[in-house]
Amino acid sequence: MTAELGHFALIIALVLAGLLSVVPLWGSWSRHMAAMRLAPSLAFGVTLFLSISFACLAHAFLTDDFSVKVVASNSNSLLPAMYKFSALWGNHEGSLLLWVLILSFWMSAVALFSSGLPTPVLARVLAIMGAVAVGFLSFSLFTSNPFERLLPATPADGQDLNPLLQDPGLIIHPPLLYMGYVGFSVAFAFAVAALLGGRLDAAWARWSRPWTNAAWGFLSLGIMLGSWWAYYELGWGGWWFWDPVENASFMPWLAGTALVHSLAVTEKRGLFKSWTVLLALAAFSLSLLGTFLVRSGVLTSVHAFAADPERGLFILVFLVIVIGGSLTLYALRVPAVKSVVSFSLVSRETLLLVNNVVFLVATLTVLFGTLFPLLMDALGQGKYSVGAPYFNAVFLPLMSSLVPFMGLGPISRWRDDSVHRWRSRVALPALLVVACALLLPWLSGQTFNLWVSLAVLCSLWVVFGMVDDLRSRKRPGVTWRLLLRRQPASYWGMVLAHSGFAAVVISVVATTQYSVERDLRMAPGMSETLAGYEFVFDRVERERGPNYLADVAYFRVFAASEAVDSRTVDADPIAALKAEKRRYFASGSLMTEAAIAATAFRDLYVAMGEPVGDDGAWAIRLHYKPMVRWMWLGAVAMGLGAFLTVADRRYRTVRSRQVATAAGYHGSPA
Amino acid sequence: MAARLKLFLPLAAFALLVGLLFRGLSLDPQALPSALVDKPLPAFDLPLLDAPSSITESSLKGEPALLNVWATWCISCRVEHPYLQRLAQQGVKIVGVNYKDERSAALEWLTQYGDPYAVNILDAAGGLGLDLGVYGAPETYFVDAKGIIRYRHVGVIDERIWSTRLKAVYDGLDGV
Amino acid sequence: MGSVLKTAIEAGGTTPLLSKLSPALSPILLGAFLPVLLAAVLVFDVKPASAVIETYEFSSSELEARYHRLSQELRCPKCQNQNIADSNAPISQDLRQLLFRQLEAGASDEQILNDMVARYGEFVRYRPSAQGATLWLWLAPALLLVLALLILVTVVRRHSSAAASAPIALNAQQRERMQELRSLDGGGLSGESSGR
Repeated sequence: MTAELGHFALIIALVLAGLLSVVPLWGSWSRHMAAMRLAPSLAFGVTLFLSISFACLAHAFLTDDFSVKVVASNSNSLLPAMYKFSALWGNHEGSLLLWVLILSFWMSAVALFSSGLPTPVLARVLAIMGAVAVGFLSFSLFTSNPFERLLPATPADGQDLNPLLQDPGLIIHPPLLYMGYVGFSVAFAFAVAALLGGRLDAAWARWSRPWTNAAWGFLSLGIMLGSWWAYYELGWGGWWFWDPVENASFMPWLAGTALVHSLAVTEKRGLFKSWTVLLALAAFSLSLLGTFLVRSGVLTSVHAFAADPERGLFILVFLVIVIGGSLTLYALRVPAVKSVVSFSLVSRETLLLVNNVVFLVATLTVLFGTLFPLLMDALGQGKYSVGAPYFNAVFLPLMSSLVPFMGLGPISRWRDDSVHRWRSRVALPALLVVACALLLPWLSGQTFNLWVSLAVLCSLWVVFGMVDDLRSRKRPGVTWRLLLRRQPASYWGMVLAHSGFAAVVISVVATTQYSVERDLRMAPGMSETLAGYEFVFDRVERERGPNYLADVAYFRVFAASEAVDSRTVDADPIAALKAEKRRYFASGSLMTEAAIAATAFRDLYVAMGEPVGDDGAWAIRLHYKPMVRWMWLGAVAMGLGAFLTVADRRYRTVRSRQVATAAGYHGSPA
Repeated sequence: MAARLKLFLPLAAFALLVGLLFRGLSLDPQALPSALVDKPLPAFDLPLLDAPSSITESSLKGEPALLNVWATWCISCRVEHPYLQRLAQQGVKIVGVNYKDERSAALEWLTQYGDPYAVNILDAAGGLGLDLGVYGAPETYFVDAKGIIRYRHVGVIDERIWSTRLKAVYDGLDGV
Repeated sequence: MGSVLKTAIEAGGTTPLLSKLSPALSPILLGAFLPVLLAAVLVFDVKPASAVIETYEFSSSELEARYHRLSQELRCPKCQNQNIADSNAPISQDLRQLLFRQLEAGASDEQILNDMVARYGEFVRYRPSAQGATLWLWLAPALLLVLALLILVTVVRRHSSAAASAPIALNAQQRERMQELRSLDGGGLSGESSGR
């Protein structure tokens, strides 16, 4: 019965979302207060019924109700409970339900934390989010019903969740990613509401900014988790493959990064309003485009899925309505009057525009590269591939061109600054940075490498810029402690996010340049040396997991110089590693579980291949990956930095003062 | 007015994108046409499966033929096998390429299920397959009398596919 | 530099299509794909993957480096979206072997790529050539950047010339604006207030 109950709740949610998209909007038109005030209640209602629906599907998964089709095709009675739960979103239908559920969370959060917002604005924002929900709920109900039954032919057991997805990282990766994707719908709704209402001002930017930052933070964390998971789960140490589906998540992030910065200018200076609105529309549109690319099958991806033209057409029509509609509204309503606010070439405004230029070009480059094969095919020009070597070659120079400006951005002034002041401010940091860039790679005991030095140079430049900025804020009589405490949360958020970016730059370059990997044939008892570490292969054991059988290879790692007699002398190993090769019962598929010994500055990585020959030898891949951890840590810092800005006092103090134009916001509505 | 028109640019770009995506829905990103269509058969000199002599690409010229890549490890080849025999009985010349297979197993297979092949090329190392751009089995190349590849079919040949698509291709070969 | 023993190992399952799944996204869809894969297997076979052991002895480390680079730039024609280095499809094994032979025979990168393109078309190149239609791929980012920078310069110039031509009036307006923004700020210190 629960499946039917869930289905029913989903239908009610659709009805409520339908009402939400119409009634408050009509109310804002006809100035009907009661109709507008209905919006928050309707939003809560949608959330409630979607939660019921979601709980019903979760119940079906957790109780092994194989009469439900998605459960039968994606779960198994032997599956550990947490994976039974996450299997819910390990498929098209269930993930779509999660998508709308998260959309409803954002809706309710807006309703909850925006009580100070003018009623018509709140009504419009929620109505627009409601309309998006209607689209996705109809998509779910009419083309991808998660509650479809397999009656009377109920299978005895399910086909199991893809073993690749049976991993803790993948329990939270999709929800975080969706929080990001869907979170941009808030910025989108605020933009459309502003266009509808004809009021595009600094207050609008202030309202959307915390929501945008929060969504951007979630998206950063979601992408980071996906990359991390690929690194330890796939078994060959890669962390970004430029697959179309990855690009689909990356484009909203790039556009969102531009938006986050552009919103800063619009809020602070009332500048570039129409541009910022366009970015807000673009960020969410790219999320929707990603949904289309992922679920329609127009591109070949390793995230293979059933190509379903009917579903594809449904989303495409939806895209036309939502994106086409909003862009039409944009063209008709955005003020064409040029802004009269002035600033000079040498100013913080210009630097933030440079940020926008770089991220815009990056977004369009990824979009063009991703769609290029489709374009050529559509034009009848034959089949083409655009892959990692292309994107790496184009993207890295583009991103690194950003760094010089990142160092300058925080120390520069709004409106009008002077080159002379810049010069005097950056001279010392620049010298220090160059010195460090030359010394650090050398101190780390590596051979000198131009690229790494440049990366260190760029990253330190960003960091020193911020430190110097802080120093300049110090006034006589103010202690450092007081100074630090006086900086608002948004400042620390910016510092954290920029430092995170610097860490990612260093990590990407150092890992690419210094990594060592070897594919070897190793029998138990053998040892191999790699990058100064001796890997001793002790033994292989067969072990049983809940739903798989594994060959487990035990390794110990010693510093190469001491390891002469490591097997006889019981020296303490640097690390003990346990790599696995699993065979899952239900699907019979083989999975590599890499073993990783991580420290702050390097990862040692062992992956098992196939057995080789008759003497018990295995094909083994050994990796030495310096600095790789900084990439995830940097991305975490970026995400947390974004959350920190949301906690800024100025988004809350306003509410307590009941300023009519600007309403208060809270932290991330997680 | 010009300023207002400029604001329609994003919408126009989006319209183009939608057109592209709509076209994409009816395209198959997986379909990979052979790069050898309208090119001559690659040169080879390989032994025959069932005789101790060898064969080169030039001996296939003279009449149109189907070059069928098969193997005993290929389950689908077994599926299309009866239909190939019917085609052979109808007078279609089918040249087999026994691809990355064991000779004894292949010979046994032919005795057991029948032999539709006019001649069978033994490509044990898969070198010919590689030159042809084969990426699995079964694959069938339509070669005209001059030894030019005109078409490639990937996957099983059965009654439906033959009558709806492939027969026309085959009949077109004769006109060359 | 002595010869290097290389054993290619293959991570992942017996089904090459699923053996690699990339990071960022939609794991989600893999589950839905399994039945389709099974259906595909029924009409189209790939030689079952056995233990993949490749012992390549490169005559120089330079060749080995080129081997690694090229095997990552060539796309497996059969797989979903994988290079031949990461794929354990039989076709990728063959192509790696071919690549090894060509390298040892002294072929240049260009010769190898041309040969691969002759077999499978431009499709095999993950790094599209800078000729013909794919030249646009290489030009587009640069052109976009130039265009965007031109727009940037125009915008900045417009705003700064507005300041130069009517400094007094605009300054008054700005002061008003700042006042307004400051009131919105609610007195809270702003992180981006260094210019005030």
